[in-house]
Amino acid sequence: MRTANILQLGIKELRGVARDPMLLLLIVYAFTLSIYTASRAMPETLSRAVVSIVDEDRSPVASRIISAFYPPYFLPPQLISHAEMNSRMDAGIDTFALNIPPNFQRDLLAGRSPEIQLNVDATRISQAFTGAGYIQSIVSAEVSEFLQRYRGATAVPVDLTLRARFNQQLNKSWFGSVNNVISMITMLSIILTGTALIREREHGTVEHLLVMPVTPTEIMLSKIWSMGLIVLVASGFSLVIIVQGLLAVPIEGSIPLFMVGTALQVLATTCMGIFLATVAGSMPQFGMLLMLVLLPLQILSGATTPRESMPQIIQDIMLAAPNTHFVILAQAILFRSAGLDVVWPQFAALLLIGAVLFYFSLRRFRRFLR
Amino acid sequence: MIAPPVVRLDKVGLFYGQTRALDAITLDIDAGRMVGLIGPDGVGKSSLLSLIAGARVIQEGRVEVLGGDMAGAAHRRLVCPRIAYMPQGLGKNLYPTLSVFENVDFFGRLFGHGRREREQRIAELLASTDLGRFADRPAGKLSGGMKQKLSLCCALIHDPDLLILDEPTTGVDPLSRRQFWELIDRIRGERAGMSVMVATAYMEEAARFDWLMAMDAGRVLATGTPAELLDRTGAATLDDAFIALLPEEKRRGHREVVIPPRAVGAADEVAIEAEHLTMRFGDFTAVADVSFRIGRGEIFGFLGSNGCGKTTTMKMLTGLLPASEGIARLFGKPVDANDMEVRRRVGYMSQAFSLYGELTVRQNFDLHARLFSLAADTIAGRIEEMARRFDLVAVMDALPDALPLGMRQRLSLAVAMIHSPEILILDEPTSGVDPVARDGFWQILSDLSRKDGVTIFVSTHFMNEAERCDRISLMHAGKVLISDTPAAIVRKRAAASLDDAFVAYLEEAAGATEPAPATDAALPSPEAAAERPTYKSIFDLRRMLAYARLESLELRRDPIRLTLALVGTVILMFVMGYGINLDVENLSFAVLDRDNTSVSRDYVQQIAGSRYFTEKPPIVSHDELDRRMRDGELSLAIEIPPGFGRDIARGRRVEVGAWIDGAMPSRAETVRGYVQGMHAQWLSEKARQLYGRAAAAGDFQLVIRYRYNPTVQSLIAMVPAVIPLLLMMIPSMLTALSIVREKELGSIINFYVTPVTRSEFLLGKQLPYVLLAMLNFLLLTGFAVFVFQVPFTGSFGTFAAAALLYVVITTGMGLVVSTFMKSQIAAIFATALLTLIPAVQYSGMIDPVSSLQGAGAFIGQIYPATYFMTIARGTFSKALDFRDLQGVFLPLVIAIPVLLGLGVALLRKQET
Repeated sequence: MRTANILQLGIKELRGVARDPMLLLLIVYAFTLSIYTASRAMPETLSRAVVSIVDEDRSPVASRIISAFYPPYFLPPQLISHAEMNSRMDAGIDTFALNIPPNFQRDLLAGRSPEIQLNVDATRISQAFTGAGYIQSIVSAEVSEFLQRYRGATAVPVDLTLRARFNQQLNKSWFGSVNNVISMITMLSIILTGTALIREREHGTVEHLLVMPVTPTEIMLSKIWSMGLIVLVASGFSLVIIVQGLLAVPIEGSIPLFMVGTALQVLATTCMGIFLATVAGSMPQFGMLLMLVLLPLQILSGATTPRESMPQIIQDIMLAAPNTHFVILAQAILFRSAGLDVVWPQFAALLLIGAVLFYFSLRRFRRFLR
Repeated sequence: MIAPPVVRLDKVGLFYGQTRALDAITLDIDAGRMVGLIGPDGVGKSSLLSLIAGARVIQEGRVEVLGGDMAGAAHRRLVCPRIAYMPQGLGKNLYPTLSVFENVDFFGRLFGHGRREREQRIAELLASTDLGRFADRPAGKLSGGMKQKLSLCCALIHDPDLLILDEPTTGVDPLSRRQFWELIDRIRGERAGMSVMVATAYMEEAARFDWLMAMDAGRVLATGTPAELLDRTGAATLDDAFIALLPEEKRRGHREVVIPPRAVGAADEVAIEAEHLTMRFGDFTAVADVSFRIGRGEIFGFLGSNGCGKTTTMKMLTGLLPASEGIARLFGKPVDANDMEVRRRVGYMSQAFSLYGELTVRQNFDLHARLFSLAADTIAGRIEEMARRFDLVAVMDALPDALPLGMRQRLSLAVAMIHSPEILILDEPTSGVDPVARDGFWQILSDLSRKDGVTIFVSTHFMNEAERCDRISLMHAGKVLISDTPAAIVRKRAAASLDDAFVAYLEEAAGATEPAPATDAALPSPEAAAERPTYKSIFDLRRMLAYARLESLELRRDPIRLTLALVGTVILMFVMGYGINLDVENLSFAVLDRDNTSVSRDYVQQIAGSRYFTEKPPIVSHDELDRRMRDGELSLAIEIPPGFGRDIARGRRVEVGAWIDGAMPSRAETVRGYVQGMHAQWLSEKARQLYGRAAAAGDFQLVIRYRYNPTVQSLIAMVPAVIPLLLMMIPSMLTALSIVREKELGSIINFYVTPVTRSEFLLGKQLPYVLLAMLNFLLLTGFAVFVFQVPFTGSFGTFAAAALLYVVITTGMGLVVSTFMKSQIAAIFATALLTLIPAVQYSGMIDPVSSLQGAGAFIGQIYPATYFMTIARGTFSKALDFRDLQGVFLPLVIAIPVLLGLGVALLRKQET
């Protein structure tokens, strides 16, 4: 294996990318505008939730409850009739519908324990649970405040002081923006390396390389370093200029350490790209495989929904995916300012995944060349 | 009566960037003639032909073909059924996965022939080109010459009035070449009015044309019949006449190639040796028992019909293909694919152009020099030297794809020689190279062989080149027929020329193995030919279906892709439906209990007992709390102050502290909700204990009804959302490559020169994928309902109708991407960006669109997945039908014509 060959072949790859202005434009878009837009669009878990209220009581306590819903968590509630409630939920207009029954205040004061009904559109899972919890505590607070003013305290004097660490406001765009960078890293490094290999095959240039003193290992390594470099530069730029600069996400941890982690992630995903390319015979097949791989990587890595709540088997399968480890180390380094002593298992996992994928793709690549 | 000219050129000019390719060409070409374009590589022959064929946008001047201006789209549409164009390059307009028959059949369909007529014509064309035996072989597996013949069949299927052939016989063996021209002659005999324009590098072919135009540097040097040209130049052969016509500076340096005889005794050392080499692909024997020995410094010629195994033999010699049997030796050592030392001593040039199109000529040189580890300080000099030798100095900074075929061949050759190899293995190195350059090239070979002792193993179809070799082998159907000096071979057959001897050998061998090719098969009868099918010029269903059929055949030939699209999505739907769960459970928490009384333990028990939290060992200090949260071990830490139980009993205010890991906000939000809920519940229970009935006065129940998914299973909630996601990503990726791939591989030319309109082309390409996506839809829905037991409560008809609209949109999105991207890489990337991010983040799968902000909210509102997701959830979970959802259909209905219009607007019907 000669380093000079790896270097030269890699430079060749870089020149090829530079020759495709549309591709360059897409790379720039992916790491700037796309991340910016996605992070800006991202709502709080409960943001501007649509709630409507059927007020059949029209009492002081009912109007207290109604006035307690306001932005940013909720849009100002619509007052609707009982008949409208079902059709509005069916049409997907309302996520929550609160039904205050007739004589609620009277029954409340008489200790008859009246029922308020909260209808939740459970197909919108992301808001359903948290929203229901919020509404429950808002209604409870309003009712108990009303009671207190009405006739003195009977409540237990315990306050719960909730503090969120590492991201006090629970600003979703903080992690969301980093998560978007991670998605782009994965997407770009798989696409660039995979297509680089397949293109050589489709244009017959691999055969040409193999009559020269170049080994398959050198061909693969050259693609990994060159495409990895593009991704690494783009993600570094995106993290510092877009995420830290434009989106003003406070990053507590060490960016150099994170970039080392990113390099490992890029290593693993570029190897994955090569592996997929050796599995796929042609560009269209690669496109298919890509979609089938990107989607779970994006959604099940623990960045979109928490890993803890996935079924155990999915959690175990996803341990084989580099993104899972990268998401963990990104959260730890960037927001909890963890050091190498904390994230070394993730670093090791990425290295291992990269090595295994590299080994298998090399074997497949060699067999393909036979 | 004099027929009007078939082609009329008036001051036609063309630029590629800054380079002038054609310079004010004014010329009339009479109808019914066979016109030859001759000239060195890169003088504008191909550009001129593509302008006449209507494949390229006219920049300057006026091109009139068949009585109309080719600048007008209406005229082009009118006459293109009467023009047939066969572009340069080996089978560039063919579809490699389609069989020989299907390729011709596709063209027949494009030109609207009925089934019987098509089958008859195809049978005749294949028989007369001797391709009948290979009717079922994929075009990609044909040899170069066979591809050319197939290309011609495709061009001839619709009885053109004007046949434009751009170097049609490049890389075709002499026998096939003869058959080829006989075929053209017969067609002309039967269709008297047909005009033929041919660009060729073979002067012996040009000699039989009616009229020639010699071109150089974008201008016409001379026109006239071959006899006139010979007269004018006083030359004996057209080769010489052509050279004489060239301007002085190009002629200079050209001289007859004379290869000195080899020194006696030079053959002692054997450089290349093959012993009983055999290669089998399945049950097909490509090379059977081939043996030869080539001495150092010898020029060894390899001749044979197309597809006879020459290339395979060469690949075995280079180690690219391991031989099934037998052994190949270079310098006495068996060929070992992993031996880098041998590779350094060998230069190989393959038949198909295989240099990097994305690198300039200079960069290609540089890369190869470095890969062969030439000393860094000698590289620049060596590149200069090769560029001068092969006359590439002027194009050093051009991209190879922009160069004419002949120049690319020279470049490949120069690159193969950059490291001064001791053995050169050259697979048809001079195909498509003009005579002057060819002579120059042979001069180089001569010098290398005689002066430097380089061994040269070369295959060729040019007889005058074969005559220059020290020895030649004739190969046919995998076997070597004869191996001797050229003179001895001519003597043995008692033939007039090597060409005749060669054809005689081949005909004998072909006769021995199979019935002679039906060269006299009847061609389409004139009556049938006269019946030109009628076309609808704007939209013709048959043409659209021709493309639809082509696309579905290509899809069927790729079962892996088909399986991935269908089975892959089902697996993905399950994994995602099962895996995405927003009902967060098993959150880790620990307590710093500074009170440690029964009351505080009761408080903790409230949390630990819930299914949402898992208790970890208690925390003992603030530092530990800090560390364990930083490590990410704890999602929640609770701190209970000292005196908690006592203070509650006394009615004093106490404060419980809770820290949540905010690094992942959505999880933190959920934790916060849970903790608040549990705290409130504990309070009311405690209140009931402490104050008894008095507390009940404030009691009320908040009854939460989770509608549409009462058990809150994520599969039920997620599957209706995952189906739109998958139907967005998979169909659009399927179509995203369909056009850009044709652009990259060259077959887009068929769209340029056939009567297909843009909408026919787009819809034809889309149709098979819409059907596949609908199949995918049914499969996904079926699995969701019957296997994953997700209840379907609404109107299936509504859901299916929406799905149809939706997949038309998603396949259309892929096509739009495909129309304006230039490379497959960019198309894949753009499709991934365009589908994955918006479909996951902006279309309401996880966060409702109403809660999005900024540009994301706008994207969510115009993105089709948003609407289909509403319909999918409505029909799956909410028992809705069309009446409830009709408003949501509207955006989908609007999107379809918008995308089609965009595709049509972005698609170019001509090369620019």
